[in-house]
Amino acid sequence: MSERYLPLLATIAVFSALFITGGLLYNNFLSTLVLGDILADNAFVIIAAIGTTFVILSGGIDLSIGSMIGFVGVVMANLDPLGWHPLASGAAMLAFGLGFGALQGLIIDFCEIQPFIVTLAGLFLLRGSCFMINLDSVPIQHPFVAAFAATSIPLPGGGFLASSAIVMLVALAIAIVIAHFTRFGANIYAIGGDRVSAALMGVPMRRTTVAIYALGGFYSALGGVIYALYTSSGYPLAGTGNELTAIASVVLGGTVLTGGVGMVAGTLFGGMILGLIATLINFNGSLNGAWIMISGGVLLFLFIVMQRSLLSSFRLRGVA
Amino acid sequence: MTPGSNVETKTAALRPRANTETAALPQRLHGLRALAGHRAIWPLLALALILAVDGAISPGFFNVRIVEGRLFGNLIDILYRAMPTAVVALGMAVVIGTKGIDLSVGSVIAIVGAVITWRIHSGDPHLVVLMAALAVGVLCGLWNGFLVAVLDIQPIIATLILMVSGRGIGLMINLLYGGTNPSFTSPLLQGLSVGHIGLVPTRIILGAAIFGALWLLIRRTALGLFLESVGGNSAAADLAGINARLIKYAAYVICGFCAAWAGVVLAADTHTSDPVSIGLYIELDAILAVVIGGGSLSGGRIYLGMTVLGALIIQALTTSILTSGLPPEYNLVVKAFVVIVVLLLQSDNLRAALSKGFTGRKR
Repeated sequence: MSERYLPLLATIAVFSALFITGGLLYNNFLSTLVLGDILADNAFVIIAAIGTTFVILSGGIDLSIGSMIGFVGVVMANLDPLGWHPLASGAAMLAFGLGFGALQGLIIDFCEIQPFIVTLAGLFLLRGSCFMINLDSVPIQHPFVAAFAATSIPLPGGGFLASSAIVMLVALAIAIVIAHFTRFGANIYAIGGDRVSAALMGVPMRRTTVAIYALGGFYSALGGVIYALYTSSGYPLAGTGNELTAIASVVLGGTVLTGGVGMVAGTLFGGMILGLIATLINFNGSLNGAWIMISGGVLLFLFIVMQRSLLSSFRLRGVA
Repeated sequence: MTPGSNVETKTAALRPRANTETAALPQRLHGLRALAGHRAIWPLLALALILAVDGAISPGFFNVRIVEGRLFGNLIDILYRAMPTAVVALGMAVVIGTKGIDLSVGSVIAIVGAVITWRIHSGDPHLVVLMAALAVGVLCGLWNGFLVAVLDIQPIIATLILMVSGRGIGLMINLLYGGTNPSFTSPLLQGLSVGHIGLVPTRIILGAAIFGALWLLIRRTALGLFLESVGGNSAAADLAGINARLIKYAAYVICGFCAAWAGVVLAADTHTSDPVSIGLYIELDAILAVVIGGGSLSGGRIYLGMTVLGALIIQALTTSILTSGLPPEYNLVVKAFVVIVVLLLQSDNLRAALSKGFTGRKR
């Protein structure tokens, strides 16, 4: 059993512990119904977080995720009355996400500006574009949206795997293949582990950096498409702050922010832990949103401290 | 080796980019080109351009008049509104100088606002409330410093913890005595925020005082050199006998204090504790101000004056969008474009590619 699976196992253990705690506290909590709901509700942010995992694995960061989710929804909602099929407008937005991400990657690499600042400008640009298009929530009325929402696979125990969750799991499977079974994936880990060594070993830095951010942009656009279909509307404030949720999901999933260490699969559980906390607090009823924020912070803290100690036991500190 | 040259090599080592610039200076000393090489020129040009556009759009933009015993006018307004961001950005510049970052400043502002309202409702003397508010900022700085300096956590993530939970803590404090978004009145705190001494708004005077104190601390004591050397190379600074851990602590405490001051100003301005929206995105504006001012996120450089200039550019942009009659929705997009342009101009690679293109065309 390789040591590199330890953070992933820790994440799964925390998720299971939280889920069982919920089961002990509330009747009917420990069911596929609740599990399916958590998957469906958080599918869009987990999809975006999967893309962010690649960016963070390479030692970068992407702050434009939340704005991308909002922007994609607003554009899709505005293309709807013009007769665009949601699949067509969605595909167009995926292409846009890919291109936007690639542009961010190019600026980061060519102009040697920190990813934090470039993607921050991306955050402003996309959110500002949302406001310029419209300020209200616009419904998407195409019948496909209702059909999408109605599609689901029944799970044993009365639960359902919603269509958004299915898309998320497929996206996750593709991401796992990219990360662990392609040369590009290996290059991402190499850059995140040590930029200079990676460059010396012949990793094509510019091409890889551009591709990483393009992939991140693609996944956050996909998250936006799923969010638009799931809520059947486009709202210019949608996804505000989701970049933080996505980054927190990645960290809770065992990926180290300095890059090079982590697994894409962990992000699924990291995102589900955050969703589970929100669900637990909703089940309680007397607790409010403040608790979601505080418990999120406490969990982040515990995980980071745990990662630090794990990392030092791997003797990987030099990597950071 | 004379002591003087020793100091020079030390600072030169700390600022590799500045060093290559001075080395290339003899060839560059041709009037405009030397000016173009100075780091202040692009941000200054950007600010001048923004103000010039404003002046062209609305005649009388530069008028400053006295109304009810205080200065009024667009220029004063830009200074007035930029002050909280500028002070937060000063603290941020110090932290970024140590190769850190503080994402939690917005949350610190939310907590400070909540603490002020809570303590005023509890009937504390307002001077004590002010001290408590600043102490809360220092405490938050100590927490961030602990995570970064002692636990050795990456600054983005270390301060993300307080950023995520801080607004929740603010909401919890509000709930301590019931009510959402409770309001308060305090002549002392509101005097600090929206009052004026003589002709000048108090917050501008206090902001200038904080700038002055910080400038003295950084440029007239060894602390500035220590901060920049820790940012340049933490391990090397440690080997040279600097207590890198203590210096990082100091940086985050300074940043926490600055954020707390901005929290006092902003909370007193709105008369309420509204942890969800007070100081929203101020961390991003502050970081932008530092970067526009030429500070590098890879640490080692602290430019206080340039940082204030950066904050003024951001506010001038917002003000000019409002005065130009453009809908406020355009604010973010215009801001994004200006940020991108200013950053691209500072990129050596792009400048090299551009000047290559220009000279190539001439030949």
